[in-house]
Amino acid sequence: MNEFFHMGGYAFYVWSSYAIALIVLVLNVVVPLRNRRRLLAAIARRARRT
Amino acid sequence: MISRFFHQLGSPRYFYRFSGRLIPWLAVPCAVLMLAGLYQGLVVAPPDYQQGESYRIMFVHVPSAWMSLFIYIVMAAAGAIALIWHMKLAEVIAISSAHIGASFTFLALITGSIWGKPMWGTWWVWDARLTSELILLFLYLGVIALHNAIDDKRTAARATAILSIVGVVNIPIIHYSVEWWNTLHQGPTVTKFDAPSIDIRMLIPLLLMAVAFKLYYAVVVLMRARCELLERERNTQWVTELVESK
Repeated sequence: MNEFFHMGGYAFYVWSSYAIALIVLVLNVVVPLRNRRRLLAAIARRARRT
Repeated sequence: MISRFFHQLGSPRYFYRFSGRLIPWLAVPCAVLMLAGLYQGLVVAPPDYQQGESYRIMFVHVPSAWMSLFIYIVMAAAGAIALIWHMKLAEVIAISSAHIGASFTFLALITGSIWGKPMWGTWWVWDARLTSELILLFLYLGVIALHNAIDDKRTAARATAILSIVGVVNIPIIHYSVEWWNTLHQGPTVTKFDAPSIDIRMLIPLLLMAVAFKLYYAVVVLMRARCELLERERNTQWVTELVESK
């Protein structure tokens, strides 16, 4: 198991690549989810006022 | 029947409903393929005879780079459709793709740089492949900036469509850069006409990740497009009904 994380001495390079990829992939999902929630809330607020 | 389906899909209200139902059907296979690809790529595939374990960066780097080109073509095609037929849905797909394409281009550049350091001894060289991919990032950012600079969304869509269509010229340059010029970046090992010169145990995870990334793009572009549509259509009947029914 330790050997797996060690990546033959390239641990820093391999795992930082995968970590950055994970961050980018997660952000691309989180941003539209958050936008949608905010938008729907804003539209609902305005609908109640009128 | 089929033409009716496409006609309906062009209507924002129908597209919003349809894509909402479609997303889980894309997201689940995407997650399964990505997990399988990660397992195959990080655990099953043997180390490379020259690069040792470091080559495993390939399983995120290459699919990201492929996606950066693929999404650009989708964006330019959607832009062309928007220009010709004034289709709102195409405008929305184009600008949504720009953001995702930019993030994949960034990912391809950064993982390539991290891979380059131990293998080439440098984070960056101005060779044809790396430079043309960097230009791709600037094209995406230019499209996003131009879109943000114009208040009227329909005008913005037309302007960005023209910019992205002109930028298509960069796509074959990126693809063939490793053949046309003498680059530090290696030549193709998968996308060439004779059999791929890559071990099958490395090819399988690479292809799994590539398909997973395609599905991932489909999911997030639909999510973004739905937001764009909601915002553009916020004063219409169907959005009001949608909000009230919650």
